[in-house]
Amino acid sequence: MIEGIFVEGLIYGIMVLGVFISFRILDFPDLTVDGSFPLGAALMVQCLLMGMNGWLALLVAFTGGVVAGMITAVIHNHLKVPNLLAGILTMTMLYSVNIRILGNRANVPILKHETLLTQVTDKLTGIVPDDYILLVFFLVVALAVKVLLDLFFRTDLGLTMGAMGNNEQMVISQGVDPRTLKTVGVGLSNGLVALSGAFAAQYLGFADVGLGQGIIVSGLASVMIGEFLVMKSNRIGVLTFCALAGSILFYAVMYLGRYYGYVIHMTPSDLNLIKGILIICLLILTQFTKLKKIGIKAVAAK
Amino acid sequence: MIELKNVSIVFNQGTVNENQALSNINLKVKEGDFITIIGSNGAGKSTLFNTIAGTYLPSRGEILVNDRNVTRDPEYKRAQYIGRIFQNPTLGTASNMSLEDNMMITYKKGFKWLKRSLNNRMREYFKTELVQLRMGLEDRMKENLVMFSGGQRQAITLLMMVLSKPALILLDEHTAALDPKNAEIILELTNKFIKEQKLTSMMITHNMSHAIEFGNRLLMMDKGEIIFDIEGEAKKALTVEKLIQKFHELRHKSFENDRTLLSEE
Repeated sequence: MIEGIFVEGLIYGIMVLGVFISFRILDFPDLTVDGSFPLGAALMVQCLLMGMNGWLALLVAFTGGVVAGMITAVIHNHLKVPNLLAGILTMTMLYSVNIRILGNRANVPILKHETLLTQVTDKLTGIVPDDYILLVFFLVVALAVKVLLDLFFRTDLGLTMGAMGNNEQMVISQGVDPRTLKTVGVGLSNGLVALSGAFAAQYLGFADVGLGQGIIVSGLASVMIGEFLVMKSNRIGVLTFCALAGSILFYAVMYLGRYYGYVIHMTPSDLNLIKGILIICLLILTQFTKLKKIGIKAVAAK
Repeated sequence: MIELKNVSIVFNQGTVNENQALSNINLKVKEGDFITIIGSNGAGKSTLFNTIAGTYLPSRGEILVNDRNVTRDPEYKRAQYIGRIFQNPTLGTASNMSLEDNMMITYKKGFKWLKRSLNNRMREYFKTELVQLRMGLEDRMKENLVMFSGGQRQAITLLMMVLSKPALILLDEHTAALDPKNAEIILELTNKFIKEQKLTSMMITHNMSHAIEFGNRLLMMDKGEIIFDIEGEAKKALTVEKLIQKFHELRHKSFENDRTLLSEE
């Protein structure tokens, strides 16, 4: 049971890292996420059903997310649409696209089909205790994504992207087109979200167009929990760690809510309300402690 | 070097709020010029800078850099060879990033790739450069810029701009938001860097004695026009009194009013 809690946190942690990039590093509140998560799931499932190699399918899902993010950025950059609206536009369009990808169906199961997870389970059986195989696998995957991101944000391009959310004028003054940075950044962010969706689909055993509903809220809540609980820092490694830790905690709470919520007469449909209230509470707490002064500014302050 | 030909800027053209911010500006900045610009509020000084930097595109006229027409180039493209410092010290640096990261970002102009340039050699180099600011910043490379004072941030912005070797620097009242002591330090550093590196520069100031003391050329602006352009020996002979006198002659405005508009400080 305990591994179930962490596995969810790690799978969605990849999505949280994506949300962290758009919201915190780029200061670009991006709602595409609600569409790119099921996009990743749909692409993954369809590719697997077509008999494609699992890792290749993962790449397809990632690329799909990158393209979705780039579309949002291009709408925002070139049509001068506010970033929130640009994200909603892409998200809405993705709903139809996702149903198309799933072959005009809203839900496609993949339970009996071979996935990356079944392959990994086969390989690791005997080496790792059965109950922990997925936990180990997703721990490795989430940490690998985190380390790659850390490396990326220490390159010249990554550093400049960090400056972007802080001070767009500074980026312009360096002779860099902020539109290019936004396109790359939002693309990368949605690529990660789609990757997370691809893993989630394999874990859950199906792809569903409704999979992305409220993902952005969960992602944001996770980012904020991470920032709230773990110490403030300007080191990217610590910040991405916070995002992952926040995701694990958040999904642990949600998991407990789902399985043991009945004790207090809570149903799974109450979870969205809980998520929202959780974010509001975190915002209030952040205001109180003024933590945002040192770390990255809270979106609420805007 | 940089040339403005009949440049005009009209805001809200065709509405009741129509505002001629710049009218028929003709200006030739020569290599190595250090131009100071004075003028009352709303004279068009900042608009002139914004036009040169590309923040605003002119309604009419042309801008040439080394005989190349850059009138339609966006700001980020012109930033490759133009360095700019604003009045607000937070505009030049990223608050939530460390000093060394900030220096790495601003070290080279142009698009950054997936290269990791911040190594110990770079850190050493940044340290030695920071020493000349004499603010002890070389020991605070890992601190976020939000921890530094406005004066320190402006000094860092200045140093970083000089290191990126721009062909032209625009200083938009870059000491106005600082306390007198810090303003003096920044101004001295500015003068030192401009002289050492022979930078072509333009500086807006509200302080007439600074405008006279620094640079080899002085422009006075009013109502979107350059009304007075003086350089070389003639500029050296200027005094604050003469400058106010000149403004009076040119504009036939009351003397008392001028003093408040072109504050002496």
